[in-house]
Amino acid sequence: MMRDITIKITDREGVVHEVQAPTDMNMNIMELVRSYELAEEGTIGICGGMAMCASCQCYVLNNIPLPEKNPDEEAMLWEAFNVKENSRLGCQIHITEDIDGLEIELAPFE
Amino acid sequence: MIETDILIIGAGPTGLFAVFEAGLLQLKCHIIDALPQPGGQLAELYPKKPIFDIPGYPEVLAGDLVTNLMEQIKQFQPGFTLAETAETIDKLDDGTFIVTTNKGTKHHAKAVAIAGGLGTFEPRKPAIENIAFYEEKGVEYFVKDPELFRDKNIVIAGGGDSALDWSIFLSNVAKSVTLVHRRNEFRGALDSVEKVQELKKLGKINLITPAEVVAINGKDHVESIVLENEGVQQVFETDYFIPLFGLTPKLGPIANWGLEIEKNAIKVNNALDYQTNIDGIYAIGDVNIYPGKLKLILCGFHEATLMCQSVYNRINPGKKYVLKYTTVSGVDGFDGTRKEAEKAVVKSID
Repeated sequence: MMRDITIKITDREGVVHEVQAPTDMNMNIMELVRSYELAEEGTIGICGGMAMCASCQCYVLNNIPLPEKNPDEEAMLWEAFNVKENSRLGCQIHITEDIDGLEIELAPFE
Repeated sequence: MIETDILIIGAGPTGLFAVFEAGLLQLKCHIIDALPQPGGQLAELYPKKPIFDIPGYPEVLAGDLVTNLMEQIKQFQPGFTLAETAETIDKLDDGTFIVTTNKGTKHHAKAVAIAGGLGTFEPRKPAIENIAFYEEKGVEYFVKDPELFRDKNIVIAGGGDSALDWSIFLSNVAKSVTLVHRRNEFRGALDSVEKVQELKKLGKINLITPAEVVAINGKDHVESIVLENEGVQQVFETDYFIPLFGLTPKLGPIANWGLEIEKNAIKVNNALDYQTNIDGIYAIGDVNIYPGKLKLILCGFHEATLMCQSVYNRINPGKKYVLKYTTVSGVDGFDGTRKEAEKAVVKSID
């Protein structure tokens, strides 16, 4: 039985939300933010999750180990704005039991 | 003035398929799109990505789907106004519309279908304080006319295909081409990367990496830019600065047309015909919103079909019409072509 995990998300207004995320729906962090409507539609996941727009950029706030960036994510982050050392694209972080307890903050909308 | 029955705003898959459905009803379509080619996000963002949820296609490349749609609608001779943005709309007393683009092209239509998808693709602009002042004064976000750069010194910034491709192309036009990128690595087609490498060796492209353009100087026109790498700044003289950081969609001028907007999308009546709060203006595909909305190409096709039927009834009130099947009636193109199922041959066997 796959269980839900907990993710802490700071939205663009600075409000912290602790949300439950299913691990059996092949979802990613961008989709999680959209499903809980933590960012306005049209300002997140614009490219649909193909690492092509950086509208789901987030900053990772704690030390939960995440999978390495793939070349698409890496290249998009070279071109994105407001990029920091801890920037990731939410659409490239898949929700698995390994990331239970992850804390992220949404980057500002460009 | 361009005259048409349905003016479609957006040449993505939904807008293109609407031309076909309209054609079956003998309605003529004209399409406006901000991009220079049809296909919308399929052509602009991911032409080489496979799509797996188009009914009847186990797998189709986005670019191929656009090619097929263009082939499918060819017989209905749609008109295109490309590389222009629909800016204003005026409703006339007779219920028809005039839509004017940013370049002043006027379109007169009996109905308007907004199939604008994610919105108008606009260039992503780097966060340089005074960049807006230099727009069209040395800062260009698109290469519309390469001749503008003939015998000029230009700086291109970016690390993707368009930065690479234009650096290659303009190396034969401009006096000097400098390509600036934040990283040493580029994300682009392998042959483009190799070509830039070769042109660098030949001294035809000046490559500055890793570096970022952080400021622009000049009195009335760009005269120089400031490059920064790890806190060290360097002034670099140039006539033009071309940042190519890709495109981002914005709802654009349509947001000011008096349409009801919710969550950056246009509210429509999905129980009936995908009409907006303004009679005669429809919204179909990713640009609309209604309870249960799914942003899928196949849903856009369905919405386009219902919109066309509604426009037919609007234009021909009181005229009786029943839905016909192409397997039965065939397809009569506006170009005089006719497609139909082969008739069965009745022949006796001796």
